[in-house]
Amino acid sequence: MRARSAGRSLGAGGRRMADAVLFEFLHTEMVAELWAHDPDPGPGGQNMSLSVLEGMGFRVGQALGERNPAWLPPSSSPWAPQAWPGDPPASAWPKCLPLPPRLSRETLAYREELDILKFLCKDLWMAVFQKQMDSLRTNHQGTYVLQDNSFPLLIRMASGLQYLEEAPKFLAFTCGLLRGTLCTLGVKSLVTASVAALPACKFQVVIQKS
Amino acid sequence: MSRPTHRRPEYRKINKDLFVLTYGALVAQLCKDYEKDEDVNKYLDKMGYGIGTRLVEDFLARSCVGRCHSYSEITDIIAQVAFKMYLGITPSVTCNNSSRNEFSLILDKNPLVEFVEELPAGRSSLCYCNLLCGIIRGALEMVHLAADVTFLQDRLKGDSVTEIGITFLKKPEEKKYRRKK
Repeated sequence: MRARSAGRSLGAGGRRMADAVLFEFLHTEMVAELWAHDPDPGPGGQNMSLSVLEGMGFRVGQALGERNPAWLPPSSSPWAPQAWPGDPPASAWPKCLPLPPRLSRETLAYREELDILKFLCKDLWMAVFQKQMDSLRTNHQGTYVLQDNSFPLLIRMASGLQYLEEAPKFLAFTCGLLRGTLCTLGVKSLVTASVAALPACKFQVVIQKS
Repeated sequence: MSRPTHRRPEYRKINKDLFVLTYGALVAQLCKDYEKDEDVNKYLDKMGYGIGTRLVEDFLARSCVGRCHSYSEITDIIAQVAFKMYLGITPSVTCNNSSRNEFSLILDKNPLVEFVEELPAGRSSLCYCNLLCGIIRGALEMVHLAADVTFLQDRLKGDSVTEIGITFLKKPEEKKYRRKK
């Protein structure tokens, strides 16, 4: 049976594969239902529902990470003094010039960290949302901003400013997912999200140094 | 278009896991919130219903199903097209009565329980996959078919198979409501 192209009926979000939409539908229902859980939330209530969703995302992110041990970038301990793969062998260096400085352990750890974030933007996003993150920026001091200009979980809502207030509910689970995945990859973090105009959103990852 | 990279096998696996794990997290959360199994079951059914009412639109857009002429045809489509499309499994269908409005879907494999070995302690009446019943019920209602959908047997409860029963109810007569002016 040939499947008719579903592009039109799914709107600007693109042609999500059938087996991928189940998660999307479940997520939408979870946001609607878990939110309605406490009809009289009171001042702290809204935060409670966001944290429930975030907590669920965290557990799922952890589980995904545990089921995919190959995700961890292959590299040995940053404490071992050794050449970074790109370093030329010492013999290739002209004898008249001093050798380039060894990469510090902080730099090695940072490059691993960056690799992990790039992995989230490329591989995790591709697997979960069938697209890559649109941009990754960092202040080189442990804060990363991941931008998705067309976040699939926001696509079905009207674009622009109309549902701005609702948007955070649709991001909480994914923040947890990012935090949980990072956790199994050995990175402790705080993940928050912000929306300027749907369906674009930014995820801010702040690495927690122990 | 070049070969879609998002269909690489490792991505597909992660994507399948994502739904199953999220569902597991949801059931765990509901078990925390509700003491009684019946309440969790009801909630899962209600959420499934909400999903079903929207999923049917997605399903009709993707498949080329023509008009159905019998409950039997519809049940076949649910098993062979819809389940296959969304969950990658094809339950077998049996008809349970002579008036041909009661059917069973026998699930040999069930991706939803891939990570579940047994029901949580003290949750022996939990219908872990009750979301599926709600989805089927909601989807059918959107195409103007009323049905009761429940789990008749459940491997997680110790039965030999997992069986979903669909009972198509008589079509409600069309009633015209007049607004009181």
